[in-house]
Amino acid sequence: MEIVARTLGSYLISYANSAGRMFLFWVDIMRKCVTPRFYLAETVRQVYTIGVMSLLLTSTVALSVGLVMAMQTIGTLQAFGAVNYVSVGVGLAVVKELGPVLTGLMVAGRAGSGISAELGSMKVTRQIDALTVSAVNPIRYLVVTRVVACMIAVPLLTIIADVLGVFGGFIIGVTQGDISPYLYTSFTLKYITLSDVIPGLLKTIIFGMLVGTVASYYGFETTGGTEGVGNSTKSSVVTASLLIMISDVILTRILLWIFGS
Amino acid sequence: MDEDTRQSSPIIRIENVTKSFNGQTVLSGITLEIREGETVVILGASGSGKTVLMNLLVGLLEPDSGRIMIDGQDVTAFTRDSQWDEVRLKIGFLFQGSALYDSMTIGENISFAIRHHLNLTEEQIRDVVRQKLSMVELEGAEDKMPSELSGGMQKRAALARAIALEPQIVVYDEPTTGLDPIRAKTISELIVRLQHELKITSIVVTHDLICASHVADRLALLHEGKFLFVGTMEELRRSDNEYVREFLDSSSLRH
Repeated sequence: MEIVARTLGSYLISYANSAGRMFLFWVDIMRKCVTPRFYLAETVRQVYTIGVMSLLLTSTVALSVGLVMAMQTIGTLQAFGAVNYVSVGVGLAVVKELGPVLTGLMVAGRAGSGISAELGSMKVTRQIDALTVSAVNPIRYLVVTRVVACMIAVPLLTIIADVLGVFGGFIIGVTQGDISPYLYTSFTLKYITLSDVIPGLLKTIIFGMLVGTVASYYGFETTGGTEGVGNSTKSSVVTASLLIMISDVILTRILLWIFGS
Repeated sequence: MDEDTRQSSPIIRIENVTKSFNGQTVLSGITLEIREGETVVILGASGSGKTVLMNLLVGLLEPDSGRIMIDGQDVTAFTRDSQWDEVRLKIGFLFQGSALYDSMTIGENISFAIRHHLNLTEEQIRDVVRQKLSMVELEGAEDKMPSELSGGMQKRAALARAIALEPQIVVYDEPTTGLDPIRAKTISELIVRLQHELKITSIVVTHDLICASHVADRLALLHEGKFLFVGTMEELRRSDNEYVREFLDSSSLRH
């Protein structure tokens, strides 16, 4: 019993220590986000890299979710004679929740792991130290650029995901539900407003910040060669995914207060 | 070491510096003065704290106690990154594993700090890169990626990067480790040539006594966290300290 308590205790201390260090890392990033020097060209390059890296994955997931959700709900709605509402059901679920969260998770898996592995290998080969001794702040040059890029790329990817998710519903609605394309589109535009879309996009800015911060943190904390890089990448994806899910609950509650249901 | 060097003032002064990791003492109160323009070799077995000392000199680590003065400034009293950055611009650092930015070409590696700190035109930057590459006998390697170069060429490219901003001091961390004897000799000759051409102060950390005998004005032997010996190669050879003798005998340089 005592051994279990000791092991549990040491894990808790280690997690608390890691969480505290990550928080301080985040504070440092936020401070450097708003004070010069800024690396605009590098940030744009990172938005492009993260966007291109994740686009195929986020688009495929969004389209599949739209298709599957419509397939799953269309039968029930037909039974109630409300088949036209499949557009509203799929559309709202995608733009309010599934588009933002799944895009965040996919970016955490694809681009987040990439950032963590890249920075991790730079750490173990001392390229980060090389930046420091060249009087270039590695947090500003490597981390702030990537965190800001994630905060821009995730919302942009979510917009594409939202459109594709709705399009997935459209394909099923039109082909299996015999809804006319015009009717499906007009129902979508009537019932899904900007106040449904914007809260979802606001959440993704935070998701982007979490992915960028967590991935960079684990990259910078990497020790122990290539095995260390692998461990950092794994920890980065797990932690970022968990934080996205936890923050989603909190952010959804806050945004519902602000924008209403 | 020429007469000018012998008389010049210390550009680096390490005073009573201590450093421990997890309760294990790595440096226990070391003191050393390095004069402007001289080449000092820090010798020591693996794990003797040589690299830790170098990291202290560029602010990658902080000492637990003691003082380090670089070009008249007490760097241990620095509280802001910007203070360190001013000092770092005066120091070039050659990393043991080269640490070239592997996503950039050799030319971009060398020009990176130049673009960051100096206001030069593209043409001027190209000229500086060409000049630095020619100094390390690596002409025409601008567009190559680090992975396309051999270990020795990577070292030379990293050296070109280290001298890109024309530093007053260059720190070489194990410059010949991992190289065959011929490549190692080339690097040693390059260190001597750069020191003469650029009039820089050089600190060479190594356990390679052949390299040390080639480049050193003075040597300092680090053992169990302290400098066991500081002096010239000749004095080192004559030393009757047991550890010094053992160190020299192991590389058959004593006789």
